[in-house]
Amino acid sequence: MIDTNINLERWPFRRFVDDAPDRLVAKLKARGVTQAWAGSFDGLFHRDIAAVNQRLAETCQQFGRDFLKPFGTVNPVLPDWHDDLRRCHEAHKMPGLRLHPNYHGYTLDDPRFAELLSLAADRGLIVQLVLSMEDERTQHALHLVPHVDPKPLAGVIAKLPKLRLVLLNAFRSLPVLKAAEVAKAGQVWFDIAMLESVAGIAKLIEQVSPERVLFGSHSPLFYFESAELKLVESGLPEPILKQIRSSNAERLML
Amino acid sequence: MPQYRIWDLHCHLLGVAGRTPEEKMATLLEIADRHGIERLCLFFSSTWSKTPTPEELKTDNDVVMQAMSHWANRTHGFCYVSGEHVEFSLAEMDRCIKRGPMVGIKLWVAKRASERNLDAIIRKASELKAVIFQHTWFKQDGTQYPGESTPLDLVELARRHPQTHFICGHAGGQWEMGIRAIRALKNVSIELAGSDPTAGFTEMAVRELGPERIIYGSDSAGRSFASQLAKVFGADISEDAKRMIFSENLRRLIEAAQRAKK
Repeated sequence: MIDTNINLERWPFRRFVDDAPDRLVAKLKARGVTQAWAGSFDGLFHRDIAAVNQRLAETCQQFGRDFLKPFGTVNPVLPDWHDDLRRCHEAHKMPGLRLHPNYHGYTLDDPRFAELLSLAADRGLIVQLVLSMEDERTQHALHLVPHVDPKPLAGVIAKLPKLRLVLLNAFRSLPVLKAAEVAKAGQVWFDIAMLESVAGIAKLIEQVSPERVLFGSHSPLFYFESAELKLVESGLPEPILKQIRSSNAERLML
Repeated sequence: MPQYRIWDLHCHLLGVAGRTPEEKMATLLEIADRHGIERLCLFFSSTWSKTPTPEELKTDNDVVMQAMSHWANRTHGFCYVSGEHVEFSLAEMDRCIKRGPMVGIKLWVAKRASERNLDAIIRKASELKAVIFQHTWFKQDGTQYPGESTPLDLVELARRHPQTHFICGHAGGQWEMGIRAIRALKNVSIELAGSDPTAGFTEMAVRELGPERIIYGSDSAGRSFASQLAKVFGADISEDAKRMIFSENLRRLIEAAQRAKK
């Protein structure tokens, strides 16, 4: 099983049983995960993104060589962000990037977003775009962050045929019924961490091909078992579940 | 996953496939079976009126009883009542609980729990030994409805009725606050349903309240069963605590309501 949505470092508002990298890796392996794509909570809040990405690469190497795959943060609002992108690719050999527009203060119709996607696509990097981190009703009073508005997304990615884009935690701002519109615009995948309603995965694949659905847990912020049990609840046949658990992510990582 | 007896406190039929309430109920049970969930408690599933009229309360309760009709061994109904229509709510409790199949009441967002209009409804529920479920949220994004209770509203109500047991629905959403709000009142339990499966929720609840004051629920079909079951399956708590949360605590309340009918 490949978990495409985990986070390292500390969430500032709460501690988790598994927020130390050794414990998180042990937990994921115990649940049958064979590879995990990791971003950094620090990437949402720190301005020294180069240091965040350096730590992310080192932590993945130290605690999960061949298991943890680092997805570095790039914030296109920061000066000289192009060099963060270059370092993720050239210095750290990362397979992809993780973007947080709502935490970094830009919208998807910002020209810097389109440029970032284009440069990532030219380098063959996977881009993970995180639309939410938590329920808007439960955020800290001093830290109210709206979800990313996905409306401009289809128009932006339609111009980038080489781009491979993964939407993480998409479904608090992107209704499942609108997923098809985004999926048709380009090479787009969706993780299941924030997919809700009973048998939600079955409803999602009525809108998008099962090849576009990835397993993602949003650990350690969410209980890992949530995503795991969504597979059970889906009632889907084993070949489709295998695609979601691992084959789709394997092909994407090639 | 390990096997437990699982009773789900909180289900609706919103968005469930089926032409009739009976068909929707069958669909929801089929999905619940994938997790081995034994029993589902069913709340209003028709009008979704936040300030229901008496006619809407009756319609919602009729739909719940219709949905349950073929599944008496798998479902328990909760009577939708409102502090805006006290006399009608009391009559509905007689119709649906005393003389009907239901075992509890659901209070949603028509009136805050702290308001004294609810006292007559609570006295009646207590007399019937009905399970009392009050929806609660602390919403941070400014979307609190005018009549929507926080756990602190429920605390006021529970203080006025110290011999009556209450369930604090959703644990207030912001569970770190909800758990603290009701901590001192031994006659209040929390349910886990209807919020993100945020790690640490159930561990804090067990630490601060004890497992005997926590009840599993999903808020399906808007929520998945999966994300809400994960709050118990994934929690770093004892097996005994999981058994209590998954079914024992709720069974105790429902069996008391059923005994009172005899």
